[in-house]
Amino acid sequence: MAYDQIRKSPGTGPASNMADYDLTRATFSWAEAHKSIDGLPNGKLNIAYEAIDRHVAAGHGSQIALRWVAKSGVRTDFTYQDLQDRTNRFANVLRARGINRGDKVYSLLGRVPELYIAALGTLKAGAVFCPLFSAFGPEPIQSRMEIGGANAVITSSRLYKRKLKGIRDSLPELREVFLIDADQEGTTHLAPLMDAASASFDTEPMDPEDTALLHFTSGTTGKPKGVVHVHEAVVAHHTTGRFALDLRPGDIYWCTADPGWVTGTSYGIIAPLTNRVTMIVDEAEFDVNRWYDMLEREAVNVWYTAPTAIRMLMKAGKEAAQSREFRALRFMASVGEPLNPEAVVWGNETFGMPFHDNWWQTETGGIMIANYACMDVKPGSMGKPMPGIDAGIVEVTEDGAKELTEPLAMGELALRPGWPSMMRGYLHEQARYDKCFVDGWYMSGDLAMRDSDGYFWFVGRGNDLIKSAGHLIGPFEVESALMEHAAVAEVGVIGVPDETAGEIVKAYVALKPGNAPSDDLMLELMGHARKRLGPAVAPKEIVFRENLPKTRSGKIMRRLLKARELGLPEGDISTLESDEK
Amino acid sequence: MTRQEIETAISKELNRIAPEIDMDDIDRGEDLREEFDIDSMDFLKLVTALGKIFRVEIPEADYGQIGSFNALADYMAGKVAT
Repeated sequence: MAYDQIRKSPGTGPASNMADYDLTRATFSWAEAHKSIDGLPNGKLNIAYEAIDRHVAAGHGSQIALRWVAKSGVRTDFTYQDLQDRTNRFANVLRARGINRGDKVYSLLGRVPELYIAALGTLKAGAVFCPLFSAFGPEPIQSRMEIGGANAVITSSRLYKRKLKGIRDSLPELREVFLIDADQEGTTHLAPLMDAASASFDTEPMDPEDTALLHFTSGTTGKPKGVVHVHEAVVAHHTTGRFALDLRPGDIYWCTADPGWVTGTSYGIIAPLTNRVTMIVDEAEFDVNRWYDMLEREAVNVWYTAPTAIRMLMKAGKEAAQSREFRALRFMASVGEPLNPEAVVWGNETFGMPFHDNWWQTETGGIMIANYACMDVKPGSMGKPMPGIDAGIVEVTEDGAKELTEPLAMGELALRPGWPSMMRGYLHEQARYDKCFVDGWYMSGDLAMRDSDGYFWFVGRGNDLIKSAGHLIGPFEVESALMEHAAVAEVGVIGVPDETAGEIVKAYVALKPGNAPSDDLMLELMGHARKRLGPAVAPKEIVFRENLPKTRSGKIMRRLLKARELGLPEGDISTLESDEK
Repeated sequence: MTRQEIETAISKELNRIAPEIDMDDIDRGEDLREEFDIDSMDFLKLVTALGKIFRVEIPEADYGQIGSFNALADYMAGKVAT
């Protein structure tokens, strides 16, 4: 390996939540981990109870649970008692409006307090919470609300007007639109209802296998998948927060992820609160100085962020950080895509500690493989499996799945199912769900290897999915939106490498006869895609081709587009029928 | 370079990133990223492009000063003048 192992000082391990990785792993059981949550009588539980109510009951009501920093820089604090009060009110509002157990409550909001209150209030009421990313355009929003059967949504008047109003007629199951800031025709203004609602609510006791959360993730083909998670998942959220993020009661913790993505829910709402930390929530988008201010002024102890942000900080130079003192900072972690070794080393030089990369997916619900406080870091490696998680490098052949145990053998990263936050299904798509499992392994779709010390290394994606700025984007969704434009005959969408975002979305477009490629048409397509998909999903680059490489059945060969883009060998092209021009 | 020319140049670059947004529909005093629906990557692209066009350095430390269309135009006018 080109990079030196980053050794931890002897005191780091014993002082952290997990002093000895091997020992913890050898003695760990999920049944034992279950005892770290309180639960409700008769074997019932509720994520929101573990996140809020139990801390208030234990006398921690006055501790700050959420410190919200508005774009303007103004801070607003919510104690655990405040959160209990507001989530109870929200649960009462849902009840009063006829939203009941099992109904689907969506959010389409920026990082404002109402989002966090709605998430936990929804869970208290026994309804299913589904967060949508506010930078989605109307099409991703529509498909996700249709598939999930959204019954209620909480949003702002601005987002409603721009993204929801136009698609509302196509969502027959949507009964209630709550606006946090105004009253508009056909919507319900939330604030007066919250004021009028009672601040007491008996948190709904749920069966451990009742659905709690719905997160959408992209597929290579077809519609996005609705990943189902249950209340029992809280055991994994709590445990992974403790071990992989070293969260301790009273910590100041900043997760920079938006709750519209799974990280921002599992580790931006649930795990920090069940571990009774103070969460910092910043409404604003990335900004170098603002971020360093936040770390310094808020005295952040634990920071969980993403490779794209880290690379943007690197670009701004060490100097921007050097005038600062991050005295409170104790642990830094990264997720979303593999963190390049340069960034791990840069973190160590700049902050005096490495970023601890970890790996997981929407489907796994929580961190599966991680670098821990007690363990030396090999820059570029995702670390070792969590206690309670069995991971393997697996090869699938006609004879089934076979684990490859020799060091550095390349195969698909796979996990033995059975941990609490494992998905329980893709909504309405049993066949797609079943395809994820081979001979008792959950197949992740990522290619990886394991070295002789047991560290896992990401090698590449086993499919056409695109990871841009840590967000998983399905090429099919982007292609479909472009295909709706009258001038477009065919589209192939791939991810191309980008030094900051990891990958960016690039579209290859062939036009219908009578349309000529031009800069104006390119901009028109770009605008068309952005309007439908939003900036997070729309292509950042569009190029024209006379013809796209296709198989005999007419399937566009994204793999070939990508190999050519990267100057890599084209591989097996025996199925190529009609080539790129 | 006149103020008008500066604004035209900025509008043109914004149009390359968010072509679906009509300049007449946006509030020039409000959050630029929100008005134009642009993410951090788009914003970086915009700043890089403007740096090239105006042949000026726009350090990350100054990003806080260019939060709205008007603020960005003011900033560029100040840079070009010096």
